[in-house]
Amino acid sequence: MSLFVTELRRLTKRRLTRLMLVLLVLGLATVATAFSFSSHKLSPEVVAAAQAESDAQYKRSVQEWQRTVTECEAAQAKGEQTEERYGQNCGKDYQPQPEMFDPKWNLPYQFDFRAEFPMFIAVFAGAVALFAFIVGASFVGAEWNTGGMMNLLLWRPKRLAVLGTKLAALLTTVLGLSVVLGALWTAAFWLIGTSRGTTAKMTAGAWRSIGLDGLRAVALILVVGAVAYALASLGRHTAMALGAAVALFAISEIGIRIAVGVLGVSFGERYVLSTYAQSWFMKQAELFDYDTCQFAKGACEPAKYVVTWEQSAVVFGIGAVAALVAAFWAMRRRDIA
Amino acid sequence: MSAVLEIEGLRKTYRSRKRGVRHALDGFDMRVEAGQVHGFLGPNGSGKTTTLRTLLGLIRPNGGRMAILGQELPRALPAVAGQVGAIVESPQFFPHFTARDTLGLLAQAGELPRRRVDEVLEQVGLRDRAGERVKTYSLGMKQRLAVASALLKDPKLLILDEPANGLDPGGIREMRRLMRELAESGMTVVLSSHILGEIQLICDSVTIISLGRRVAFGPVDQVLAAHSQNSVRVRLEAVTDLPHAAETLTRSGIRVAAAEPDHLMLADVDKPAEVSRILAEQGLYVSELTPVAVDLESVFLELTATAPVPGQNRQVDQSAKVDQTGTAGGWGA
Repeated sequence: MSLFVTELRRLTKRRLTRLMLVLLVLGLATVATAFSFSSHKLSPEVVAAAQAESDAQYKRSVQEWQRTVTECEAAQAKGEQTEERYGQNCGKDYQPQPEMFDPKWNLPYQFDFRAEFPMFIAVFAGAVALFAFIVGASFVGAEWNTGGMMNLLLWRPKRLAVLGTKLAALLTTVLGLSVVLGALWTAAFWLIGTSRGTTAKMTAGAWRSIGLDGLRAVALILVVGAVAYALASLGRHTAMALGAAVALFAISEIGIRIAVGVLGVSFGERYVLSTYAQSWFMKQAELFDYDTCQFAKGACEPAKYVVTWEQSAVVFGIGAVAALVAAFWAMRRRDIA
Repeated sequence: MSAVLEIEGLRKTYRSRKRGVRHALDGFDMRVEAGQVHGFLGPNGSGKTTTLRTLLGLIRPNGGRMAILGQELPRALPAVAGQVGAIVESPQFFPHFTARDTLGLLAQAGELPRRRVDEVLEQVGLRDRAGERVKTYSLGMKQRLAVASALLKDPKLLILDEPANGLDPGGIREMRRLMRELAESGMTVVLSSHILGEIQLICDSVTIISLGRRVAFGPVDQVLAAHSQNSVRVRLEAVTDLPHAAETLTRSGIRVAAAEPDHLMLADVDKPAEVSRILAEQGLYVSELTPVAVDLESVFLELTATAPVPGQNRQVDQSAKVDQTGTAGGWGA
């Protein structure tokens, strides 16, 4: 227990942890603040103004149409050819209709908490996952690099227990931070919804759905932190995790995309990691194969492949377990020179 | 006297596709008695740090036996770790932590009382700088902090790898005094260093390692005596008589190790008076007859064959390798 508390202290005392936390909080606050300015509450006055603007647009359009028809008829009376310029029948068949001027188009943007907050959970998860990755990799990578790990092992010569305790301290910190910042993030957007948007239709079911989205976000953050920690411990340097992340991105998002494109693999994006990240947040990702369509025969319903969030859980779970097993195995077997 | 540290037949082999097989430790033996300051000497790459790391559980040996405080390693390492303080090679610390933070975290991890931090900071002379970040410290101050971290546990066995590295002359003297005080308080100290004059001053006993094997061990006086060549420096009243004197002594069975322009160096001389008598019988009169005392540095250079040779650049693995140990044998005996 003392080692766990010590590692918690060590992690929170680190300058990088504090700097990244400040940047994270500032970044999230900036996003929330900037977004709040783009949302406007749709009061009856605003709706009425939009309706009036819509009516005015309709009237202007009708007047313009009438003027054009009059011009066309005048030209026809002079014996001029009008069809090319005004269309058939002087465009009389195209009289503007009121329903073509929906007042919604004149309404300012209003944030809808129920419909849009899940997207902001993904934004939050991305930011905190980046924090977890950098802090997690550095927490163990810098320890290896500066000899701190060796010092610690001279005090606690139980390699697996030391590596595991440090990981537990990291995940506990990241979890606590995710919960606290997640609550603040939710409160901030709820506030934006109530003051400058709408929080309508927030039933118990809607809250449950948001809660599940939040749980998936926290799980992904923890997985990212654990994988970064494992990679940095394997390479005994922070740069190992950063390098592996860049390599994985290049292979998955560029290499595999090009390869499946060249080979003409159906639903090639099912081999790309970002598809699973999308599916994890959106509950599922739909992939379409337009090569199955014969557009010459008319409209086509392309073949569809669905990646579920459960499949994403398996992919990310296997990746995280493999990285952690490798890190602990190396810790047990390799000399500390 | 009971042994605090025992090593027998320790082996560590590194295998590399490029460099092949290298025996970092090749049946190394070592024994350190309780309450001693023990010098652990060897050229670069001889296996000193590998030995210490193996002892501390950082490296897995390929064979051999190790024990600290009578408990077999590495099995009992978690049990004895609380009684062993160590610094291995150049210690490094988080540059943005203060010395007090650094030691405080270690004390917390070791479940030690907080007051120990201030005690060891005082002991190594860092009390007034304890609140400053380690990145502002000089090499010598970092070294003091490392020694402080090793002392934190109030260990029974203290292992220090190059503790005087980076210290100023005053610091070296303070370190020497500290080592002696610790030994007098009952602590056993193993000291690895290349400052052989210091080792000779501080240590009760030494072990010399070369290419992974022990080449000498025992009390410092005994090691020096065992490798003393009974050298004698002879000067004559007339320098021109030196060649004649060398010829006379050689005929009498005395080995002339070196004929310098103004003196002769004789080796294996049991009775210096015999030299005076032989020369006087030939009408050669001695103006100086001085036994030359051997020091640890010359013994070290001789045993490890690492003395510089004019015109040659010695490589790190060019050291002496012996099949038999020096003054005594077996399990440290």
